[in-house]
Amino acid sequence: MNSYLPRTLSGIVYTGVIVVFALMPVFVQFSGQIFYLDIFSRIMILAIAALSLNLLIGYGGMISLGHAAFLGIGAYCVGIPVYYEIYNGWIHLALAIVACGVFALVTGAISLRTKGVYFIMITLAFAQMVYFTFVSLEEYGGDDGLVIELRSEFGSWLDLEDNIALYYTIFAVLLLSLFFVHRLVHARFGRVILGSKFNDRRMQSLGFETYRYRLVCYVISGILCGIAGLFLGNFTSFISPEMMDWTRSGELIFMVILGGTGVLFGPVVGAGVFILLEVWLPQIITFINGLGLGAKLPHELWHLIFGVTLIAVVLFGRGGIHGLLTRKKRP
Amino acid sequence: MDWNLFVIQFINGLQLGILLFLLASGLTLIFGIMDFINLAHGSFYMVGAYFCATLTFLTGSFVLAALIAVAGVFIVGVIVETTIVKRLYRSDHLDHVLVTFGLILVFDTLVQMIWGPEGMVIPLPAVLDGQFEVASLVFPSYRLLIIVSGLLVAAGLYLLVMKTRLGMLIRAGASNRDMVSALGVNINRLFMLVFALGAALAGLSGLLIAPITETNIGMGNGIIILAFVVIIIGGIGSIKGALYAALIIGLIDTMGRSYLDSLLKSFMSVQNAETAAPAISAMLIYILMAVILAVRPQGLFPPAGAA
Repeated sequence: MNSYLPRTLSGIVYTGVIVVFALMPVFVQFSGQIFYLDIFSRIMILAIAALSLNLLIGYGGMISLGHAAFLGIGAYCVGIPVYYEIYNGWIHLALAIVACGVFALVTGAISLRTKGVYFIMITLAFAQMVYFTFVSLEEYGGDDGLVIELRSEFGSWLDLEDNIALYYTIFAVLLLSLFFVHRLVHARFGRVILGSKFNDRRMQSLGFETYRYRLVCYVISGILCGIAGLFLGNFTSFISPEMMDWTRSGELIFMVILGGTGVLFGPVVGAGVFILLEVWLPQIITFINGLGLGAKLPHELWHLIFGVTLIAVVLFGRGGIHGLLTRKKRP
Repeated sequence: MDWNLFVIQFINGLQLGILLFLLASGLTLIFGIMDFINLAHGSFYMVGAYFCATLTFLTGSFVLAALIAVAGVFIVGVIVETTIVKRLYRSDHLDHVLVTFGLILVFDTLVQMIWGPEGMVIPLPAVLDGQFEVASLVFPSYRLLIIVSGLLVAAGLYLLVMKTRLGMLIRAGASNRDMVSALGVNINRLFMLVFALGAALAGLSGLLIAPITETNIGMGNGIIILAFVVIIIGGIGSIKGALYAALIIGLIDTMGRSYLDSLLKSFMSVQNAETAAPAISAMLIYILMAVILAVRPQGLFPPAGAA
């Protein structure tokens, strides 16, 4: 038998998820449910962002509560050039990489000197700085945000105005990111990062300057999240500081935990389940109300269910969805 | 210089500082003693405001409503601690962040379901709703009341922490909780009391601001971040640090917003100053925090004996 076929339950599920991603536009063509193309585009974009955060949280043990800032910076790297009628996508991409890289380098260099709670709070503080900067930039819409008139242009061979082309571009970037993160965490670099998560002092006494490794990891993660932001901007065609509100960073962490920390594919599943819950819960409530059972459920109820799920996952669901899939049955 | 404006801004800054202190003092104790990150602390702030709004309409008295509301938030704090938070003291910080993030969603939704999406106005008694004049300077009465009552609470807290047995245990817990527990103190009950006390203080903070800003859903989610900045700057676990840091943050934030543009105009073009000033003033306190963390990671006034 071909040894590349998945054998474990988790392997089968993850392969299935990729197949679903790959075939979604086909399903949409036949069923006419265009709605789902949007939802799955969003899932894949947030999956890339969560993937980058997993590098920090899952592999590096660095709990950043400010990761949405990179998402926002990436999106504004499309929005601001487009505002000046610069549509070249390669310029947007270069801007996003440079801006997120520099921001991650500077803030990371300061943040990584701290540990634990202080690290959580200082990343949050830096993200708040970015948030307030964009709120006060009235030239670019301030609080109200900025409409992106035309999407990034990467050349005549790729038209992102076509939603299906955009979908497959995001899909390709997601696959590339998964491959990249896989190689990274299995390389010497990733081993050092993982080692310093469990015992930083031991890694240092082995002769690794873990601070530098962690800083590089922070920069890579920031850039990857910025690229997700670039697509988020292109996809929504509207950007605002609200994208980098600290609650957005909290949602990204939740996606990572929901899928399973330190698992390559965890954030992808986490982002998927998160977005689908967000889409389906209100629909289920509308459906139940439509049955005419008398008492109407309030529409906000889905937020409540969402919050309770969040708490339940942490209290009872060790290891997230990956943990469920790989849990061994007791003999 | 317009002294009247300066006085008003100074009072606004103090008032923000006092509200931040009420929020941060509980947060810093919960943080310092239980090593628990409570992002949902701002929810108690919101709940306090909503309790007080409803009770003001029911009882007709703002002061009476405020007292009952604080007790109500204390009970909410006890419930949250015993049902959820208690299980998490041994988990890592990531779990704290997530669970309390979930709690924020739960609280925001519950408040919306109970009170509706519209904000509520709390009417003030006529005595408080006005201003008075001293030496041609105008002082708004209610804001002064906030400052005075906040300082009274701070004094009460000081007496509680420094002069009572409970306070002694709290201080001991902030320095070394394992040792306190080993000496035979019922640490679970101490934790519950501290958590609920912190919740009540946050509720007080929320209900004090509500007559000025109206209540609204998620009102605690913005200010809680400021409160975190306060406790990081002040030193985790230190009430004294929380007081000083809260006043510094309150004044810097308020004064920065009103005076930074004229300051910048003295050495920049008017147009540049007007674009830069709001951005810089919004970032000022975060810059301050980053600098303090870089230079003095344990904060300005870390509690004695804390590692």
